[in-house]
Amino acid sequence: MNGARWLVIGLTFVAAFVLNLIPLPGWALPYRPDWVVLVLIYWCLAIPDRFGTGMGWMIGLLVDVTNANLLGVHALGMATLAYLTGRLHLRIRMFPWWQQSLSILLLLLIYKSLVGWMRSLLGELQFDWMYWMSSLIGVMIWPWLFIVMRDLRRYARIA
Amino acid sequence: MAARDTRARSSDFLRLVLLICLSVVVMLADRRTEYLQGVRSTLSVVTTPLQLIASTPDRIGSWFQDLFTSEESVNQANTRLRGDNMKLRARLQRMQALEAENASLRRLLAAAEKVPDQVLMAELVDVSLDPYTHKLIVNRGVTDGIYVGQPVLDPQGVMGQVTETMPFTSAVTLITDPSHATPVQVERNGLRAITFGTGNADKLKVSYLTHNADIKIGDVLVTSGMGGRFPAGYPVAEIKEIIRDASEAFLRIAATPVARLERSKQVLLVWQGIGKNFSDNLKDVE
Repeated sequence: MNGARWLVIGLTFVAAFVLNLIPLPGWALPYRPDWVVLVLIYWCLAIPDRFGTGMGWMIGLLVDVTNANLLGVHALGMATLAYLTGRLHLRIRMFPWWQQSLSILLLLLIYKSLVGWMRSLLGELQFDWMYWMSSLIGVMIWPWLFIVMRDLRRYARIA
Repeated sequence: MAARDTRARSSDFLRLVLLICLSVVVMLADRRTEYLQGVRSTLSVVTTPLQLIASTPDRIGSWFQDLFTSEESVNQANTRLRGDNMKLRARLQRMQALEAENASLRRLLAAAEKVPDQVLMAELVDVSLDPYTHKLIVNRGVTDGIYVGQPVLDPQGVMGQVTETMPFTSAVTLITDPSHATPVQVERNGLRAITFGTGNADKLKVSYLTHNADIKIGDVLVTSGMGGRFPAGYPVAEIKEIIRDASEAFLRIAATPVARLERSKQVLLVWQGIGKNFSDNLKDVE
């Protein structure tokens, strides 16, 4: 895989980070899906032998810097998420769409609870039920995101 | 084939375990020491542009707004601002006199002279961090001399303090963050207390005041200067609710922040007691 293809992957993450940061009114914030996590899951499913735990960790560290929280929190969460996705990629790819969505929901919830648990231990966060909302929205977006990303991947011939 | 697969799998698991250990080390190091400021600054080379891109819609929006603002409304605003300026100048004259008087009284009392603070104006980088983060990004960083722990105000009151610095931006933790505590005193009688963030943007809680404490609804809390982080005398919050529950050792008190935490676009960064005269020390007002 050459540099241009890594650039395409990088640009998908740039878009995801920007979507995560675009200002929204306060009431809408909990509904925003975590784009970076969704894109990370996609690449872990699509090219599991080149995109995995280590990349997840680095992306997570960048999330920690943009979000200005303690370094390492999202890094740990995303490394774990990337590892789990990599382990399950064959199964998830074979699933029909609703089963795929269920497994994505499970992955998102595992990630959210891991990060939420660490942040509440650190005193950065107080749970309420809206905390899980972004995972639900994320899973609703997943099928469409998957199609867009797959077309992009085929167009850029990343395999 | 199967053997290779298992080996790859176990090496992958090993990598995960190593990375988890590394994350924990990073977390501890970031919490307890300053060593990782360099890492944060380096990574911000990537993340600051992302934040700037995300804030462009807002900047384009305000540019358009400027473009289509009528001359009439500009004139109106100008007149209003002139009026405000006159009033503030008049009050400043009095304040200068008071400052001088205060200094000479302090000299008589042989107390240390209070030095006025120096301030720098900063603008918010308009991005929404995740809803559970009570932090803001401002467009001043290490290159402007911003340091960790620096107090941040808006025209109404205390907003929070700088907790992460990067070359061109820094992150401000608001007083409503659950991990933030602010030493305050009641303006009316000097009663000292501590306010804690609740994670709710318009609520602070005031802890450790006993039932006989002289505090009532409507009291204004100002910074006490205890702990040395915040300069004394800036307004923080107003008492909204006091619950006297005899079964609890302390009063349960809720207060509302005075600063417009969610609406201020411009903030002031303060250097404690560097300047000679408050009015001369607006380093940079755009």
